[in-house]
Amino acid sequence: MNFIKSVPVLALLTAFAAYFLLPLLWLAISSTKSLGDLFSTPGLGFGEWKLWSNLSQLFAQDHGIFARWLFNTFAYAGVGAVGSTLISTAAGYALSKFHFTGKHGFFNTVLAGVLVPGTALVLPLYLLISAWGLANTYWSVLLPSLVSPFGVYLARIYSDASVPDELLDAARIDGSSEWRTFFAISLPILRPALLTMFLFAFVGIWNNFFLPLVMLSDQKLFPVTVGLQSWSVSTSEGNQQVLIALIVTGAFVSILPLLIGFSFLQRYWQGGLIVGSVKG
Amino acid sequence: MNPPLARSALKPLEPRRRRRDWWMPYTFVAPFAVLFALFFVLPIAYALWQSLFKLTRNGLGLEAPKLVFQGVGNYLEVFQDPKFYAGLGNILTYAVIQVPLMLALALLLALLIDALTSRLAGFFRLSFFAPYAVPGIIGAMLWGFLYNPQFSPLVKGLAGLGLHSDLLAPGGVLLAMVNITVWQYTGYNMLVLYGGLQAVPKDLYESAAIDGASALEVARFIKIPILMPTLILTAIFSSIGTLQLFNEPVLLRQLSSAVSSYFSPNLYAYSTAFGDNNYNYAAALSVVLALATFALSFGFLWLVRRYSGV
Repeated sequence: MNFIKSVPVLALLTAFAAYFLLPLLWLAISSTKSLGDLFSTPGLGFGEWKLWSNLSQLFAQDHGIFARWLFNTFAYAGVGAVGSTLISTAAGYALSKFHFTGKHGFFNTVLAGVLVPGTALVLPLYLLISAWGLANTYWSVLLPSLVSPFGVYLARIYSDASVPDELLDAARIDGSSEWRTFFAISLPILRPALLTMFLFAFVGIWNNFFLPLVMLSDQKLFPVTVGLQSWSVSTSEGNQQVLIALIVTGAFVSILPLLIGFSFLQRYWQGGLIVGSVKG
Repeated sequence: MNPPLARSALKPLEPRRRRRDWWMPYTFVAPFAVLFALFFVLPIAYALWQSLFKLTRNGLGLEAPKLVFQGVGNYLEVFQDPKFYAGLGNILTYAVIQVPLMLALALLLALLIDALTSRLAGFFRLSFFAPYAVPGIIGAMLWGFLYNPQFSPLVKGLAGLGLHSDLLAPGGVLLAMVNITVWQYTGYNMLVLYGGLQAVPKDLYESAAIDGASALEVARFIKIPILMPTLILTAIFSSIGTLQLFNEPVLLRQLSSAVSSYFSPNLYAYSTAFGDNNYNYAAALSVVLALATFALSFGFLWLVRRYSGV
């Protein structure tokens, strides 16, 4: 494409980039302002530089609860994503490499699971989990996060595509058990796929709000999404205007890890999305 | 297509190991299957059971309320509940605006980026995708600030241009929510479509160029038809997603009286459970919602498989 022709295309793309990026830029700039400047200075202009005092207030508020929320988010997302990736990979690998009675029924059930979004299950899950006495515990958020039908689906496709049957036969002839073959041969081959699945699961749990909102009532167990929302509720009730500056700074801090992760791990996203696009 | 009926669990038949290993594949499947049963299937069954009861007090309210078996009573109530239909109406309007808008934008961006050199394409891809890194509720919070007339550069800027918009007024909240979702998920769908374009064989473009096709013609007659199956699937997944509308109304409710506690069916079920402590009716609402989601997904997929062979 020659230069003259590409000018309108670039202009259009730049306009859209502004739409997607300016709100984030506004958040970044606003997190450096005092509460007063938030109201009195132009949105995309700087006021007095208050980032450090905002941060120290943010982490001091309610005896440092914000750090606890960040830790919880990392714990839910980290443990949940590692667990669900391994569990889904084992199941998807079995669908790809073994024959067993009930396999087709099982695969169709997984597909049905892919089509039902997790949010549709949140209230039913709450009813069941509170009947078991597990509501308001780490388990109540962690255990449901381990179930990822989409992960099983991806693992099956990746195993079909990248683990050759001949290799498994060779391992069998050498006397390796199926589980040993899985860990020693298949998992290393599947490593890029595992990372993609891990990222999908991690982001899914990191961003989750409805499930922890319903399950948890103890502030100390909140992930950062539910925590910030609880602050936001108290500002809207009118008495806690001071919290607004903290919510802005907190929101900015809470999106940094994923934004940074995204920029570095772009190619793994691409891989997963391309596979995702051929499903069905 | 169907594999031969084999006793052995292993793909290539290997007589010596037949009987001994029949259970082995189940050890791979079991962890997922157990968790899926416990945290996917069982909750629906339990909610179904709970939805058949109703907590009733006797006239004076002196005794503890009792759970009384209702049969389908709660469901009859749901289907006559104006709040339920109000929520349904809202998400339908929302879906009809949001899904086409987002996918059209995602398609446009994917096609434009596909026409660029790689370095710039990388920058734009990342910028469009960035909002996906923001948790849904934080994105809603962020836009909530931007809609807030007190310190929003957006509202002030529009007022400077002579446009006095109030997205928090009754007629505006739905569009306010559409904008939040479009902002968050366009980039994701754009990447899915862009991925689909990368799979197009390059010689197709070369022969089109030899035949003198313009860039627009290539997009119209080669790229879009190739993307059709992907577009249909993303449309299905986005439509299913819109049924679940929850984060945006929860947040905008704090800012606008135009968002009721039953603005979307999911929010209605939530308020019924945690606002009114009416868990049985909430169970009935969420079972209806889950089954509707399920029926729609399968209906869509069936239609697509039948008519386009995706």
